[in-house]
Amino acid sequence: MRAFRYARAADPAAAASAAQAPGAKFIAGGTNLLDLMKHEIETPTQVIDVTGTGLDTIAPTPEGGLRIGAMASNAALSADTRVRRDYPLLSRALVSGASGQLRNKATTGGNLLQRTRCAYFYDTAMPCNKRSPGAGCAAQGEGATTRQLGVIGISEACIATHPSDMAVALRALDAEVETLLPDGRTRRFTLDAFYPLPGDSPHIESALAPGEMITSVVLPAPVGGRQTYYKVRDRASYAFALVSVALIQQDDGSGRVALGGVAPRPWRRDAADEALPQGASAVMEKLLEGARPTRDNAYKLRLAERTLAALLEET
Amino acid sequence: MHPPDQLGRHRDASAACGDDHSPCTLHVNGTRHDLTLDNRTTLLDALREHLALTGAKKGCDHGQCGACTVAVNGTRINACLTLAVMHDGDEITTIEGHGTPESLDAMQQAFIDNDAFQCGYCTPGQICSATAILEEIRAGLPSHVTENLSTAIDLTDAEIRERMSGNLCRCGAYANILKAIHQVAEAHS
Repeated sequence: MRAFRYARAADPAAAASAAQAPGAKFIAGGTNLLDLMKHEIETPTQVIDVTGTGLDTIAPTPEGGLRIGAMASNAALSADTRVRRDYPLLSRALVSGASGQLRNKATTGGNLLQRTRCAYFYDTAMPCNKRSPGAGCAAQGEGATTRQLGVIGISEACIATHPSDMAVALRALDAEVETLLPDGRTRRFTLDAFYPLPGDSPHIESALAPGEMITSVVLPAPVGGRQTYYKVRDRASYAFALVSVALIQQDDGSGRVALGGVAPRPWRRDAADEALPQGASAVMEKLLEGARPTRDNAYKLRLAERTLAALLEET
Repeated sequence: MHPPDQLGRHRDASAACGDDHSPCTLHVNGTRHDLTLDNRTTLLDALREHLALTGAKKGCDHGQCGACTVAVNGTRINACLTLAVMHDGDEITTIEGHGTPESLDAMQQAFIDNDAFQCGYCTPGQICSATAILEEIRAGLPSHVTENLSTAIDLTDAEIRERMSGNLCRCGAYANILKAIHQVAEAHS
């Protein structure tokens, strides 16, 4: 790990201001950042501790939703009685991720900003356009192992997936991300606006400007329905998704579907939601239209459809 | 040596940061330690290399094996994936704070009673996690296998196994670890 200066921010404004400096990085739970710093994939020269910024509350909004502080831990959020009652999809997605120890430390904001677990991103001996823009993508080289990697929303520069389970549930729930800029302005993003697709610049993984800090995630008023999160993975616990399906289904058959494990961001399309009453095949025809799988991860297309079909058969 | 910069309340937020070391007070197993640490020092390295508390183990050093599990302010975490300087003033409980060789705590005794280890390397982390999960279940913290999110959580094999999935045991003592945890849970109930 490279040496760095360390400072604690007492409030979000101080944190955002300090983080404008070149080489500065926020740290909250640190469970992903420190791992990346040990690999020297992340090499901040200044680390701004934002755990003392008072952003760990979960509070009702005037619109009937919830405002989740960026520092609320994944464990606390999964256990919040309002989340369990009104947004069970979010609770289910959270507890399907990581381990108990990690969920106790990981934060809401940090979970959104965690980086891909693509093995070629982690292997600093291999070219990666995320680590070194223009270096190339080892994941698309001859003989690369791609069964875990993305099938849609990807590009010739990068086929990595976003690893979060929480974000998939948030996408299905139409959550928005609130931020604070160093100049004091605030912004609000849908998750699709927050996560740009890789295109030819996969090193740009969010819409955040230098120093801009996530302050909260806002859930709209509860939408009810039957909410399920099904995560398919190589072992029963403590593994990243091969495919995950977030489903909200109303009594009339309408609803929403978002996928994890297949794309550089939580994957949802309006046209696919509209096809939900016609069944899993109709949904996936729309949701995965334009997919560009490799030979080794084409199974994800069938797996996504069959997983949704299994969830729909439960009703 | 400078104190870590306190951005915001006391100083101009744009003030220059300090150097590569910071002072840090850790309260470990009830004892206060005033340290000055390289900012890079993980909580695990602070415990092992600076305080000679070698119970918490460095297995993978990447948060995958759980051998470094300790409790911070009553919550279990991976000590390898957090900076010691971020725990200034925190109360840390390691395996050395659970019991002594002369007076083991209930979970330590249960691991012996049930032959819940072979080489023992992962055992301090297993015991710290095992102790914590019983409290997490009592407190109603849901897990991936919790069937009903709105009722009290049943202490089933599946709940214990799922909650212990962040603690690997290469000797494969899982079946007996499960028995040990049940023994303590039943004694408490």
